[in-house]
Amino acid sequence: MSANTQTVTVGAPAEARPKRKPQLSEGARAERRLGFMLIAPAVIVMLAVAAYPIVYAVYLSLRTYNLALPQDQKFVGFANYGAVLSSPYWWQALEVTLIITVFSVAITLVLGMALAFVLNRTIFGRGAVRTISLIPYGIVTVAAAYGWLYAWTPGQGYLSALFNNSAPLTNHVESLIVIIIAEIWKTTPFMALLLLAGMSLVPDDLLKAAKVDGATAWQRFTKIMLPLMKPAILVALLFRTLDSFRIFDNIFILTQGSNGTGSVSILGYDNLFNALNLGIGSTISILIFICVAIIAFAYIKGFGTAAPGTDIGKR
Amino acid sequence: MAAITPRRRAGWATANLVVIALALIPVLWLVSLSFKTPAAVLDPSFLPAQWTWGNYHGILTSAQFLRPLANSIGIGLISTFIAVVLASMAAYAIARLRFPGKSVLIGMSLLIAMFPLIALVTPLFTIERALGLFNTWPGLIIPYVTFGLPLGIYTLSAFFREIPWELEKAAKVDGATPFQAFTKVIAPLAAPGMVTTGILVFLACWNDFLLAISFTSTIASRTAPAAMEYFSGGSVFTVPTGPIAAAAVVITIPIIIFVLFFQRQIVAGLTSGAVKG
Repeated sequence: MSANTQTVTVGAPAEARPKRKPQLSEGARAERRLGFMLIAPAVIVMLAVAAYPIVYAVYLSLRTYNLALPQDQKFVGFANYGAVLSSPYWWQALEVTLIITVFSVAITLVLGMALAFVLNRTIFGRGAVRTISLIPYGIVTVAAAYGWLYAWTPGQGYLSALFNNSAPLTNHVESLIVIIIAEIWKTTPFMALLLLAGMSLVPDDLLKAAKVDGATAWQRFTKIMLPLMKPAILVALLFRTLDSFRIFDNIFILTQGSNGTGSVSILGYDNLFNALNLGIGSTISILIFICVAIIAFAYIKGFGTAAPGTDIGKR
Repeated sequence: MAAITPRRRAGWATANLVVIALALIPVLWLVSLSFKTPAAVLDPSFLPAQWTWGNYHGILTSAQFLRPLANSIGIGLISTFIAVVLASMAAYAIARLRFPGKSVLIGMSLLIAMFPLIALVTPLFTIERALGLFNTWPGLIIPYVTFGLPLGIYTLSAFFREIPWELEKAAKVDGATPFQAFTKVIAPLAAPGMVTTGILVFLACWNDFLLAISFTSTIASRTAPAAMEYFSGGSVFTVPTGPIAAAAVVITIPIIIFVLFFQRQIVAGLTSGAVKG
């Protein structure tokens, strides 16, 4: 991660710094002490509640540990990984997760861009539209998911009635479509906000000049706005992809993972609370963690995204 | 910009209407469901044939909903408070002080922000059971604080970088220690950023479902989103659709009002730093 480049100057003002090796001035040492004191609580909490459990999960993933058979614990090496990676359930959950992620992120990007355009350019009622378009962001995911669930229940829901009393949540492909729609509805405002922030950095003069030079609206969009918005787009995509990859709430409410719609998060949850198998559950956790790391790495290396947060140090 | 022709006006009006309709219809559907009688729930028309307050009356007199609602509010507020305090301290240090290991801290919080929550559920579940934290308020507050921290550190350091630090120097010249400079001068200036961060962290806690269903087993600590799931099995309600819709509205409406009221802060917080790089 690019955040890990060891530059001591990150965040420091450009003024000359005292040499750090020979001896620190009294003030610099006090500053250092204060810095450590201020970050200590946050660091301790994050280490104890996030880092330690992950290490513990690695440990558990190398053992058999079933809550139903608590006596039967032993070290089994990578047997759990073998079991998970050779199980069709894992691959199906991964496939479902990737399908949902790719489609929902791609469509959200397009719709978010359109929404950002409207929010940026609409000639009247901008405040009202901005306000109302934030509502899906504010609504509790589970609450919205119940709305979609009942809307698609035959005999109960207006959407089901609209489509000939169809029951999409009883079938694999249609369930996935409903899940993706629910995801898109909920997350488009967030995407639009991030894109809008990028859009507002595009200088108006540039667009006007291009217009005078005879560039069409599409050319102005693809040749000027998109390149200038690239950092904002990539950060928004990275956020949304990682977020979408851990999809849980919508699936849990809409299908509970039936009809082959369970994501990797659903699989991990089921394994813990229905199979009570901590060894396998931890293995799934580690594998999900590795997937997320790969996605983040691909974005940062492949697209040259600045990792969100690195600008904290950049100043 | 070119003159506003009637056609352009009509075009934007349509665009606005589409946006508003798409954003509102699913919400209005929930509201409508919550006012339907148990019989009318089985009628797919968008609006209820007869309106009833029955669903609201049912859930607002039932401990199965009231207790989780109180849990949601209490756990959310406590988590938010702790996370904002800890994040402010860390963000100040990052934005302002010179000390080694800063990039490690940023990397670590970035890692946690991107973390798939489910990956922590299994180990944390085991740890919480061993420590007796399972199904308690702290059992949810502790992870909520942890996941609020990266968001808080990220947002707050973006805010802190905008603060005129000359004031701090002036305070130091006047004889204030760095700690006094922080509490007396900078913290009040940073208050708006802290409010924004608090809102974002609170929304995240309020919205959480995975941790809430994983680390609770009774209404002693179950939060509202997790409690709705259990309406179905309860004998108190005949048809759960209406009560669930009513509960969904109850936990949503305050947040929507909240979002609309603090719209500016939320937008500023969500986009802070994200595009400045």
